[in-house]
Amino acid sequence: MEEELIALEHEDWRHFTRKAFTNRSFLAGALITAVVVAVALFSFAWTPYDVTKLVIADRLQSPNAAHWFGTDHFGRDILSMIMVGSRNSIAVALIAVGIGIAVGVPLGCWAAAKRGLADEVLMRASDIVFAFPALLSAVMITAIFGPGIVNAIIAIGIFNIPVFARVARGGALALWPREFVLAARASGKRAGLITVQHILPNIANLLLVQGTIQFSLGILAEAGLSYVGLGTQPPAPSWGRMLFEAQTMMTIAPHMAIVPGLAIIVTVLGLNLLGDGLRDVLDPRLRRQR
Amino acid sequence: MLSYALRRIAVVLITLLAASAIVFAVLEIVPGDPARLMLGMNAGEDAIAALREQMGLNQPLLIRYFSWLGGLLSGDFGRSYTYSVPVIDLVRERLVVSLPLALMALFLSTAIAIPVGIFSASRRGTASDAGVMAATQLGIAIPNFWFALLLVYVFAVTLRLVPAGGFPGWQAGFWPALASLLLPAIALALPQAAILSRVTRSALLDVMGEDYIRTARAKGLPANIVLWRHALRNALIPVLTILGLQFSFLLAGTIIIENVFYLPGLGRLVFQAITQRDLIVVESVVVLLVATVIIVNFLVDLAYAWADPRLRRR
Repeated sequence: MEEELIALEHEDWRHFTRKAFTNRSFLAGALITAVVVAVALFSFAWTPYDVTKLVIADRLQSPNAAHWFGTDHFGRDILSMIMVGSRNSIAVALIAVGIGIAVGVPLGCWAAAKRGLADEVLMRASDIVFAFPALLSAVMITAIFGPGIVNAIIAIGIFNIPVFARVARGGALALWPREFVLAARASGKRAGLITVQHILPNIANLLLVQGTIQFSLGILAEAGLSYVGLGTQPPAPSWGRMLFEAQTMMTIAPHMAIVPGLAIIVTVLGLNLLGDGLRDVLDPRLRRQR
Repeated sequence: MLSYALRRIAVVLITLLAASAIVFAVLEIVPGDPARLMLGMNAGEDAIAALREQMGLNQPLLIRYFSWLGGLLSGDFGRSYTYSVPVIDLVRERLVVSLPLALMALFLSTAIAIPVGIFSASRRGTASDAGVMAATQLGIAIPNFWFALLLVYVFAVTLRLVPAGGFPGWQAGFWPALASLLLPAIALALPQAAILSRVTRSALLDVMGEDYIRTARAKGLPANIVLWRHALRNALIPVLTILGLQFSFLLAGTIIIENVFYLPGLGRLVFQAITQRDLIVVESVVVLLVATVIIVNFLVDLAYAWADPRLRRR
């Protein structure tokens, strides 16, 4: 029995990899994302220059051999700042997705298992959260509780909760009437155990796809908050913060704005492609028409 | 239709009430005494106490919530802590910037997205379809405030076609005022247009797979007539829903974009209020925007149900 299951999983994995390697979206997205993550990890070990060191003599240099992406108004190397800033973007978005999953998925699964009043209350509550434009509320939260990276993570994370609750609920509702769940109920398992053993493994794909999408939205949100000064605080380098500082330098040093913007675009594009690709590969029923 | 509308109105009212309670509660737990803030550092304790009494800050929480809510409904948003003028006046003079900006962006994104979506769907699978889809992927990934900076650099700094920022006010004439909103509106519209054209394309492709389209084709109607008269009408329903949702993104988006262009809109007002701890202004603007979102989505739902009777039975 056990061996059969392992064999089956093995087969699934081969099926997955075969489809994944023929899906261009997935390949491109996975490659870009891997590079961004690698750069972030690599920055812990090495950056071309020290991002905390101000070298005023070298300020506002256009891209050149010594500074591939140029320098900023304090003479800091922009490539190094982009590398270190990527940690920030990834960490904020990742933790915010984690908050959404940790709170939203149990809520959604609980609503799907209970149905009735619990379900109704949860759905209406998520309607109310959705009525707050996410960015506006993030601005309000960080403004009231003080700007900073932790509050930015919380502000972005709160809006991930109803998203994951809805995805988990929708997926779970479709599974509860299925035969294998019925069999589990007939054998006397309780709802919580069924959810853990049978529902969660089967909605993992949905959550993974949604997680990728929320991850990319989180990167954009962090950049926006830092740009208006409510996210990551100096001196920690952050892509949004770099754009804010570039704004007044636009006429003399446009590269200061162009480079961090491209970093955001490449990262978000990679995650979106990865999400699209994953959706196609993991669940053909969800595939959009081409 | 009427019973559907009434049911929806009840839900909308409850949502509005809950949303306003959340905003009120959030600002209630913020440290700091508004009376102390208004009077400054050197104010005496009895002056602060008197102002607290006058502002009704000593009343129980629930009473304050309902009197605040009642004020909102009658257009009395309270007085700004820093400017000592009615909040509604501040909001009104900023709204003449933000609302035209959001509407312009909405118009631009629709005007771009729907033709692009139709074009792409009608050439499904071709190189031009693939090109458009790649461009929309890129459009979604571009942060609008970065795109705004780029627009300023190209059109205001280098080419000097439009002002780089600021707002002359509508009294300076319609066209100068409109010109200063053009770049911000384009910056806001671009990512929304990218999303909307993808939605238009996939909605159209969904409809094109329906039986009645095959029937229309089979009876010999030209492909153009089938597309414009049969498919497009039905495809626009999901497009309308997304459009309603996008309105809230656009409103929130104006908050950041106004900072790029130094526009004296609601967004600038919120940021000034935040730095001055003028929380009653923050509270009012947030409630106003949330109410707008809820009401716009309600209107979209209603239009949806009016267009498609099958939806009324939910």
